[in-house]
Amino acid sequence: MAIDAATVRKVARLARIAEPEDKLEALAKELNGIMTWIEQLGEVDTDGVEPMTSAVAVALPMREDVVTDGGDAAKVLSNAPKTVDGFFVVPKVVE
Amino acid sequence: MSSLTSLTLKAALDGLADKSFSSEELTKAHVDVVAAAKPLNAFILETPDKAIEMAKASDARRARGEAGALDGAPLGIKDLFCTEGVRSTACSNILGNFVPTYESTVTANLWRDGAVMLGKLNLDEFAMGSSNETSAFGPVVNPWRSEGSNAKLTPGGSSGGSAAAVAADLCLGATATDTGGSIRQPAAFTGTVGIKPTYGRCSRWGVVAFASSLDQAGPIAKTVEDAAILLKSMSGHDPKDSTSLDIETPDFPSFVGKSVKGLRIGIPKEYRVDGMPPEIEKLWEQGIAWLKEAGCEIVEVSLPHTKYALPAYYIVAPAEASSNLARYDGMRFGLREPGGNLTETYENTRAAGFGAEVKRRILIGTYVLSAGYYDAYYVKALKVRRRIADDFDQAFQKVDALLTPTAPSAAFGLGENADDPVAMYLNDIFTVTVNLAGLPGMSIPAGVDAGGLPLGLQLIGKALDEGTLFSLGGAIEKAADFKAKPAKWW
Repeated sequence: MAIDAATVRKVARLARIAEPEDKLEALAKELNGIMTWIEQLGEVDTDGVEPMTSAVAVALPMREDVVTDGGDAAKVLSNAPKTVDGFFVVPKVVE
Repeated sequence: MSSLTSLTLKAALDGLADKSFSSEELTKAHVDVVAAAKPLNAFILETPDKAIEMAKASDARRARGEAGALDGAPLGIKDLFCTEGVRSTACSNILGNFVPTYESTVTANLWRDGAVMLGKLNLDEFAMGSSNETSAFGPVVNPWRSEGSNAKLTPGGSSGGSAAAVAADLCLGATATDTGGSIRQPAAFTGTVGIKPTYGRCSRWGVVAFASSLDQAGPIAKTVEDAAILLKSMSGHDPKDSTSLDIETPDFPSFVGKSVKGLRIGIPKEYRVDGMPPEIEKLWEQGIAWLKEAGCEIVEVSLPHTKYALPAYYIVAPAEASSNLARYDGMRFGLREPGGNLTETYENTRAAGFGAEVKRRILIGTYVLSAGYYDAYYVKALKVRRRIADDFDQAFQKVDALLTPTAPSAAFGLGENADDPVAMYLNDIFTVTVNLAGLPGMSIPAGVDAGGLPLGLQLIGKALDEGTLFSLGGAIEKAADFKAKPAKWW
């Protein structure tokens, strides 16, 4: 399975990373190198093997459904690129 | 007062306890050597005023008889740990001038026990790298040089700043993190001790996420005992991390110096990889001989899926990273690069903020998780991960711990592997299996190569059995009697 420039364009779009057109070929080559090396996983017999989704086999802990903090608007906003009157300012979403 | 900086953490804590010197004196000595070590590029943010202030507070606590386990000891903090009021960047431009309004649990634990912060340490961007060269602040330079050469060497990665700072006596110990070998490989490259504990020992809360099912914090230290002291303080249950284990933290330092007689040590035959330098092979044999002399029984074991660990890792880790790093969208914190519309703003922000290796991994992660490839790549890798964990389970039915080399070479030159991502990834060939299985692993300096560069041996333990690693690590440390230090050139 070869990754071409069109695939890189699509994946970069999904990942929300602007990649200039003139870099797509080089990136495709790089990613192909890595994915070709990864293809060797196909040699492993994994029939009937349960996928390992967690490093430790523990049930997810539950906690009381209560508010534990809050009222920290200034802290929440302190690293925002742009704020006005206690709100985040973001680009227009709905035209 | 350069002699104060050459102390081990343990010796410094003893000196503080018997009032040979104050934390202010000890801290000032370290602040001075940090300020003079700019050519190493280990610290990317120095906090001398905060350090002195913390040291004075520590001296006051000690005078009141309230000193904690690390009281007054100056440490370096990998810049992946969020520190309240102190810029935390993960060495990425996308976090820019991010100043957390909260403290990571691991660092909070250290401050609870009285430790002093000297500043923030350099790392590969988002901990993605094995040479520190992906850092937005430029690479750390290894304090070690090969004999007769002035060539700049990598301290390893991603915790290169932590390892270099400890090796150069800039701090008594440092925090680090390990997703695929990022504590152990830099420890091996710098003649320091590094341990990645069992997954879940240390809280991940407040640590900038890379691959959440693999990330673990741990210390880099000057000695095995120092590592035990630090890990004890860093560990513990934290309700804010749902994968944090709700178990008691053992008294790790009490395991150092314990007899290892009768322990069974597995030697995984699959770790004898093609092209392994004879020096590494020799070191491994030496390590086996040391443990035999200490009364251990040596058993050959097989971990048949070892060669598939790295390719599996390079699906699992990028997949998790692509998801974790989706949060950097330029809206709530960090860099924002405006575009013509919202999507363009996202795309421009992430294009400008992430470095090449981080983008590469996000693209791979996005690819293997995308429709049509999810089962073929991602689920397949999770199944292989299970096979790798099962290999360890089987081996640990026969042995108490495993002994392997930490890395396939000594420290290499900066720029040497920069053009070939896969060659760079192969640095983690001996360390990455441990992350996939969630096990503890430790690197101990055990010898030098022909050029006098340090080499490390790795011990791998059963889940939650760090204690045995500290005993075995202590035995190797004692037998190796590794006293070499880098000659100061910076």
